Formats: sequence, structure tokens, C-alpha cells
Amino acid sequence: MRAPASRRPEPAENLSAAEQKAEKARGRIGVGLIVPGFVFLLLFFAAPVFVLLAMSLYAKPPGAETGVFVPAFEVSNYVVALSEYWVPLLRSFLFAGIATVLALIIGYTMAYLVAVRLRQHKLLAAILLVILIAPFFSSFVLRTQAWKQILSDEGFVVEALRFVAILPEDGRLTATSIAVVAGLTYNFLPFMTLPIYASLERLDTRLLEAAGDLFASPMTAFRKVTLPLSMPGVFAGTLLTFIPASGDYINATILGNNRDTAMIGQVIDSRFFKIVDYPMAAALSTVLMVVILILVMAYIRKFGTKELF
Amino acid sequence: MQTTEDAKGGRMSTEGTRPEAAADQGGRAAVVPGAVGGADLVIENVSKRFAAFTAVDDLSLTIPSGSFFALLGPSGCGKSTTLRIVAGLEQPSEGTLRIGDEDVTDLPSHRRPVNTVFQSYALFPHMSVLDNVAFGLKQRKVADAVARAKEALELVELGHLANRRPAQLSGGQQQRVALARAVVNRPQVLLLDEPLGALDMKLRRQMQVELKQIQIELGLTFVHVTHDQEEAMTMADVVAVMNHGRIEQMGAPRELYELPKTAFVANFLGKSNLMHGKVVGRDGDYLQVEAAGGLQRVRADRAVAETGDVVLGVRPEKMRIFTAGEETVPAGHNRLDGTIVDASFTGVSTEYLVEVPGVGTVGTFTQNMGQVTGKAGEPAVMCWDPDFTFGLAGDDDVAAGAAERDA
Ligand SMILES: Nc1ncnc2c1ncn2[C@@H]1O[C@H](COP(=O)(O)OP(=O)(O)O)[C@@H](O)[C@H]1O
Ligand SMILES: [Mg+2]
Repeated sequence: MRAPASRRPEPAENLSAAEQKAEKARGRIGVGLIVPGFVFLLLFFAAPVFVLLAMSLYAKPPGAETGVFVPAFEVSNYVVALSEYWVPLLRSFLFAGIATVLALIIGYTMAYLVAVRLRQHKLLAAILLVILIAPFFSSFVLRTQAWKQILSDEGFVVEALRFVAILPEDGRLTATSIAVVAGLTYNFLPFMTLPIYASLERLDTRLLEAAGDLFASPMTAFRKVTLPLSMPGVFAGTLLTFIPASGDYINATILGNNRDTAMIGQVIDSRFFKIVDYPMAAALSTVLMVVILILVMAYIRKFGTKELF
Repeated sequence: MQTTEDAKGGRMSTEGTRPEAAADQGGRAAVVPGAVGGADLVIENVSKRFAAFTAVDDLSLTIPSGSFFALLGPSGCGKSTTLRIVAGLEQPSEGTLRIGDEDVTDLPSHRRPVNTVFQSYALFPHMSVLDNVAFGLKQRKVADAVARAKEALELVELGHLANRRPAQLSGGQQQRVALARAVVNRPQVLLLDEPLGALDMKLRRQMQVELKQIQIELGLTFVHVTHDQEEAMTMADVVAVMNHGRIEQMGAPRELYELPKTAFVANFLGKSNLMHGKVVGRDGDYLQVEAAGGLQRVRADRAVAETGDVVLGVRPEKMRIFTAGEETVPAGHNRLDGTIVDASFTGVSTEYLVEVPGVGTVGTFTQNMGQVTGKAGEPAVMCWDPDFTFGLAGDDDVAAGAAERDA
């Protein structure tokens, strides 16, 4: 019984009967509030994940009809999944990574403009913010379809690029990796911009004046003050962009071709709904999930444990 | 480990940390100060307009190097704007700014040999206390930045909190960090914008003493902005009283107090009893002024006008008060007759408010010497040595500054 004893919370016996009763009631309310969320998670997250894991190990009995599988412990599903589909898997992370970096550059610039540079101009900042969020109000698929039109071979973008010879005479944008990455960047941009905006909006610009007063040029003040203080937003934004982008299949489906732009989401989609190979689709989904988990963990370990403001 | 280092650090010696050393280490030319206290700050005809509003109005000031200069004025009179112009955080609409022989008007803030203690402290929340203090030195690439920052923290007695984050400190401690972060750079001019404004009274008084000590110890030029007249008077060598973007009067605290030149200064810097009058004659060194139903005297060299309408003033503590009929008014003293409307005993003294016909309410007090003089409702006589009287312009507003002082 040395010093640490005093730091322990007061034992319950020290409380009066009334206090104990109140404490218990509060406890019950707390439990009551947690239960619905817990049940929801159990029903719609834990159970499906379990089913998915189980399904990824099912086997197709020889000679069975399409879509008939039996419970098994078919680990070879994973071997096949990795050996057959490592290219789209890798490509998914590559595309998602590039899209995240692009979205970070574009999103940070926009957020900085609205939240810091235009802070005094309330109306202009509000309008820009609305423009930033507006895409959220129309459907993801619809927006991607629109991009397909914009980037189509007959569209003005391709014609203009051909005219200035950035694209060769027969060059195109649709059905290329560029289109897919552009689509991903565009579609996930708000997820990047908004968290960064939120942390930049809280930035006390008097700190920048203080940095200037202490001999820091505007560029240095940005590097030493603005950027570190917006890191929580950058951190959240990159995660919110990278994770869904690596599993995305809509952009690759609409803006890509089925050969050298295929992303893993697209493969999973076709395994599930076209070829009806549930165990393979489930195994690929599991692989995707695990890889994302590992990447995110590594990211958090590297950047997330530093004290963030 | 820590303790030996602390012991060695001790209080910072001005000698070991002269800015020339910083110059040798190769800072940018513009931010490298010369000798400590080497240069005056000269503000010439500086104005600052925000749209149609003039916050600083044709201000001219010379702040001698090495002095503790206080800019005193009510809230909204343009003190912060003036400091921000000096710091380079605000561009003047007109006028020039010089430090020593160098025109710094167009120099961006990060190139000025000036540092600021901000009212909000503006400490960097993502850096340790030590990193905050070392920030300026590191920007100037001073070699032993961390060691000097530690010394500066010792100077404000916070060496033991070097590794904390600002959010983990009390308001008073944050204030000291802000101070250390600025003085560590040994600026040619240190600007302090109501640095004690957020502290409670006790801490405020303590910090006033410490600030003054640090200023003397380091020999830096301090420009201290405050709306607290007592703070300005106790700390500063020179006080400039500011009102509506202009300097009303500037001088040593005693000078300002004993001989205010405007009603605003008379009322804002301590209290004054002011009365309208008219110069009717001259008696040697004195002007004879008809005021308050009698003939008062004021030394001609203590009056801003020698003819026509004037406003006479006297400080409450310069007056004596008697129960009517028991007065002993020395020959040649000024005299007021009135009725006591309030007498409040505070222990050390009794404060009186006396209604004087043609003047209004006059305030005075007597030190508690065991006497019992006067109750509310009784007639009273007050008198004072005419040498204590000061004369202001006749069209001055006798109420100017009183409300601002009590705000
Ligand atoms: N950026 C600004 N835009 C418009 N008006 C301002 C600005 N900064 C200060 N002012 C106005 O200038 C006047 C002086 O302000 P300030 O220098 O902060 O006063 P003080 O520090 O003496 O209280 C105030 O009336 C204030 O409203
Ligand atoms: Mg101010």
C-alpha cells in the first residue's frame, strides 16, 4: 500500500445509499443508451463480416450448379484470390493513393483559400463553401456519368487537348487510367476538403501574426504554424478519401475499360453478381479489408500518435 | 541533470546575450539589432484609417531607446492599432516609422527588429513552452537558440515548465512565456499590448513589478499599452495619454499628473476638480480668475491660456476641507464654499463630495488624523494653495475622460 493507492477512485462503500442509487440509475441509463447502437452494429456489421469470412472459405462441390456452395474450410480460395487478382488489387491502392494525393493538394488549397484567406469576406467564403459541398447533393453515379460525357472522345475536353497536342490525334481520355484517377479524385474531394476546412477554420490567425512578429516569413509561418495545426484535418481527410477510394468500383466501371484500369472493387462486383462466385468474391473482399486495415494502422502509427490539435 | 543546468542558468545576464552575438551568427541584416538600447523609435505623422474611420490620427512620437514608455488611453482609442503599425502587422495610411536611422515603414513584420507580447499571448499551441520561446531565435538561425530560450525561461522563473504545452499552463504562466518568447530576441523595441489585462489584480501588481525589473535588467525599450492609469504611472518613465487616435499629452508620470494640459488628461489620469472661469487680472506670477463666485489664482506658467475663458483645476488631495465657521484659510489660498452631500469614512481617510454653486460636485478627502469633520448636509469650506491650480482652455469639456477612467 504505497502512494498509488491514493490515486484510485473512491470505493463505492464511501458513497451514501442515495448516492449509490443515483449512481446505479445513471449506470442503467448509460447501458440503455448504448444497447441500440450495439445491437445495430452486431446485426449489420459484425454478423455480415462473420458471414463474409465464413463464405470466403466455402467450397464449390464438383459438378454443382452455378451459385451452389457448401460450407468448408477452403483456404485455397485465398491463394487463388491473391495469385489471380493481385494486379487489380495493387492497382486499386495505386489509384487510390494517387487520387488521395491529388485530392489533398486540391482540397487543401481550396480549404485554405476559403477558411484562411477569405476569412474576412464572409459572404464569398460562404458561397465557395456551398460550391464545395454542392456536389454532395447529386448522385455519385450521376456525377460520374457526367464525367464520362465530359471526357468522351467527342467532348470538348478531348478536342481541346488534341488541338494543343497534349493528346495525340487518336488519343482519348475515357477508358484510361487518367479518367479513373480523375474520377476518384473528383468524387472524394469533399471528403478531403471538409475535414481540412474544419481544422483550418478553427486556426487562430493571430498565431500567424505572432510567427511573423518572431521573424518567420509568411511561407515559414505556414510551414511551422498553419500546416501543423491543420494536421488533424489532413489526417482525417486522407483516411476518408483513401479508404473508400481503394474499394471503389463505380469510377473504374464507368470511366475505365475492363482491362488495364480494373480495380479490385470491380472484380468483386463481377464475382458476386455476374459470375456468382461467392467464395472468391468474399475472399477478395476479405483481402481488401485486411490490406486496408494494415495500411491504415501503419499510417496511424506513423502520423496519428503524435499529439494532434 | 535538470537541476545543475537550472542552477547554472540562473538569472540572465545582459552581458552574455548581447544581440551582436546574434549578428555574428548571421541573421538577416534588417533584423539584427545594434547595441542594446541603441536606437530611438520615431513615429512621424502616422495615420491609420479603416474605411471612413480614423483609428490613428496624425500621430507623432519619439520613444527614446532604453525607456519604459506607456501608451495610455481608453478602450478603442487606437493603442493596439499604433502598436500593430510599429510591429508591421498593419500598414499605416500615412506617415513614416523609423528605428534609429532606418526607415522601417515598408519593412514586413518579420524583418523588423521589434517583438510583441500579444494581449491574447498567441502562444503556439502545438509547440512546447521551450519551442515557443526558441521560435524567434531559430528563425534568425541563432546557434545556441535552445540554451538562450532556457535562460529566458529562467528569467521569468518558468524553467521547470519548459516541456509543457501552453494549454497546460495557468494564465499567469502563459503570460510569462509570451514575455520570454519576445524578450529572448533582445528586440530594439519590445511592444506589450495590455499584457496584464487578463490577469487578476494580485498577479497584475506582481507582474508590474517584475516587468519593470526585467526592463531595467535588460535595458530594452518597452512600449507598454494599457488602459489602466495606475499601471502606466507606476511602471513607465514616460506616459503618452491617447484619445481618439491622438496623443493628448506626453511626459513623466508626475509631470502629467501635476500639470495636465487638457480636461481629458486631468480626468483620465487620476481625478480632478474642474471649474469654468474667466481671467480678470494679473497679480505678479499669478492670473486672477473669477470662478465659483470668487477670485481664484493660478500661476500663469501653469495655465494654457492667459486671457479670456479658462477652466481651472485642482487635484482632490491638494485641498483641505473645514466645517463652515471653523475654517482657517491661509492668505492667498483659493477658496470654495459649498454643502457636503456625501462623506464616506474609509478608515485611512474620509472622502467628501461637496456641492459648490456654479461648479458642481467637488471631491476631496482628509487623512484620518483623529479629527471628525463634517457630515452630509453641513456647509463646508475648502481651500488650496494656488500653486497647485492648473489652467486649461476655456472651451475644454470638463467631463472629458471621467467616464472612460471609471470604465
Ligand atoms: N481591422 C479593423 N477594421 C476596422 N476598424 C478597426 C480595425 N482595427 C481596429 N479598428 C477600430 O479602430 C479603433 C481603435 O482600435 P484599437 O487600436 O484596437 O483600440 P485600443 O487598442 O486602444 O482599444 C476601434 O474603434 C476599432 O473598432
Ligand atoms: Mg487594444
